[in-house]
Amino acid sequence: MDFSHSFHDAAMCKALLAKLDMQLQKYGKEIRFMEVCGTHTVSIFQSGLRSLLPSGLIHLSGPGCPVCVTHDAEVATFIQLAEKENVIIATFGDLIRVPAPDGRSLKHAQANGARVQIVYSPLDAIQIAKENPQSDVVFLGVGFETTAPAIAGALLTAKKMGLNNFSVFSCHKLVPPALHALMGSSDTLIDSSAESASSARIDAFLLPGHVALILGLEPFKFIAEKYKCPAIVAGFEPADIIHALYSIVEQKIAGVPEVVNGYKRAVDDAGNPAARAILDKVFSVCDTQWRGLGLIPQSGLAIRGEFADFDAKVRYDIQLVETKPLPGCKCGDVLSGKINPSECPLFGKRCTPQNPTGPCMVSTEGSCAAWYNYQGIILD
Amino acid sequence: MKLLLDAGSGGRASMRLINDIFVKHFDNDILAKMDDAALLHMSSPIAMSTDSYTVSPLFFPGGDIGTLAVHGTVNDVAMLGARPKYLSCAFILEEGLELEVLEKIVISMSSALSEAGVKIVTGDTKVVPKGACDQIFINTTGIGEIIPPTCSLGSPSGHNAKEGDVILLSGSMGDHGLTVMAARDNLSFVSDIASDSASLNHMIERLMLEVGDIHVLRDPTRGGVATTLNEIAEQSCVRCTLFEDRLPVKENVRAGASLLGLDPLYLANEGKLLCIVPKDKMQQALEIMRADEKGKDAVCIGEVSALPSSKTDNQSGNNTGHEKTGQVVLVTLMGGKRLLNMLEGAPLPRIC
Repeated sequence: MDFSHSFHDAAMCKALLAKLDMQLQKYGKEIRFMEVCGTHTVSIFQSGLRSLLPSGLIHLSGPGCPVCVTHDAEVATFIQLAEKENVIIATFGDLIRVPAPDGRSLKHAQANGARVQIVYSPLDAIQIAKENPQSDVVFLGVGFETTAPAIAGALLTAKKMGLNNFSVFSCHKLVPPALHALMGSSDTLIDSSAESASSARIDAFLLPGHVALILGLEPFKFIAEKYKCPAIVAGFEPADIIHALYSIVEQKIAGVPEVVNGYKRAVDDAGNPAARAILDKVFSVCDTQWRGLGLIPQSGLAIRGEFADFDAKVRYDIQLVETKPLPGCKCGDVLSGKINPSECPLFGKRCTPQNPTGPCMVSTEGSCAAWYNYQGIILD
Repeated sequence: MKLLLDAGSGGRASMRLINDIFVKHFDNDILAKMDDAALLHMSSPIAMSTDSYTVSPLFFPGGDIGTLAVHGTVNDVAMLGARPKYLSCAFILEEGLELEVLEKIVISMSSALSEAGVKIVTGDTKVVPKGACDQIFINTTGIGEIIPPTCSLGSPSGHNAKEGDVILLSGSMGDHGLTVMAARDNLSFVSDIASDSASLNHMIERLMLEVGDIHVLRDPTRGGVATTLNEIAEQSCVRCTLFEDRLPVKENVRAGASLLGLDPLYLANEGKLLCIVPKDKMQQALEIMRADEKGKDAVCIGEVSALPSSKTDNQSGNNTGHEKTGQVVLVTLMGGKRLLNMLEGAPLPRIC
């Protein structure tokens, strides 16, 4: 069975959408659901699903794009690191166009002679370190629970090899604490931009299949238990998403919010304990800044002391600089579901994919970029 | 043997390089005269195009920098509804380049030339110090005779797409872009793919002579089909609508691109053409394309319509940021609609 095609099957998706519509009419109220995964964002727009959703189902695109939530102070540090003599930056591709507060990106640093190499896996970065013993390779550790285990694995490999010219700048973010913050718990969000976010109404969550693959369901259960909000782990094909939305509406009708696994062909309810063990071995949980959301306690990963030799923060004595909020930028409100990208006064004017002001416009997976690229003006 | 700086000095070493490699393989009577310029006899209006080629790696499944330098310029000239005749060719070579590598590239250029029926009639070689270029850069400029158009709009042009036209694509998308990316980065999960690098001038000549009413011809190279159609939509002030279920993509290209978070619509092609014709010419044009091995998978992928009257308002009246004068819309497999915008730069693989 060819999964990639069958879950796109037009006839099946249309039938599912019709059922979803009927179910929603039965419920009789609007449902605002939020996804928190860039792959969901892209899939919903790219498949055209967004244009087919029943009008009572409102899609909100939350903080699921790892590039977008990487804080501007971290991005500024990427560039400082890249400009150091003898440093090679190894990075996932979509970080290299992200602008720092001064508007410069790794692309600009590269044009000024910095050595920046795109890699597909942190192990590629180790290879670069092996091939360039005279240079120091710094891997930019960005992403959620999904990418972090592979990076932890690379650190363990580097330690085993005794590689002394390889380090990781860990900017990892954790999804469940961000969801906590989004649900408006006053003790979780600290800065002012986040405060306004707490008033957004989110009726249900489409949980990220990739992250759940590692974490399982347990870390998400608070969503239903504490906030009485249905949440379903969803796959990424259109049929997966429609099915998950159907399950959300069913839960709403039944009035019993639950956290359920709608992606059983990939996700085990218990997640991947081996991946979590390796995460725990290398990283400890720390407070961290999210671009657009501010400081969220216990939502980041720091490299443990025993791996300090491979921690770029230690090696280069990195102190994140204070950055000013971007004037006029409403990314915090977009990420927390308060407004649509097009309601931001900068959207499409001062802030475009060519010249992004805010974080949500910087990556193709960002809410604003997806809106700009896929939605635009076709709805005539 | 390695190339020395001397080979670009204009002295005997230069002459040896030119005679032993370039004249030997590009052999033709015009080049053999070795004058400062080539003497050409042409009677019709002329189409001219130039392009510089840099690619890493130099060799990849389905082609190399040399085949690209021939096919790319031949195709660009042909897209104007012209019969490409002559190319110029300038090499910038890095000191230390293996001569065997250079000769291998020149040999494959030579066979690409004879297949296209085109001659290299003048050339230039520079050798630069190590590090000043990446092994080999090639520039080719091509000229060709315009085939007298029978279409009232004149020769094919990006400005000529009209409401009611259909959009034809000569074959699968993204083969070249993904092949080069996989070869450059040793992507082991991408297998069994090859560049589609090929010259399309013979197919175009038949289209021009037999169909005649060809509104637009374009080769969707860098930026892929989506970018090229955006250019056409803007130039012609129209909307192009594509149907996802008709888009030809090879299964392994689809799978490889999907893993990297890339969309084949934005990946480069080097042996494909987009042909926009009035609907009543569709069948004839498709038959001609399919009769050619390089167009055997040709299909109609979409249609041209007028732009919606209100271009700046969306459903909710919000600011959309799109002030363009053309647009490309994709009707997805599920029957949904979305925009196909132009990308800012090269597609980048995603984090997860």
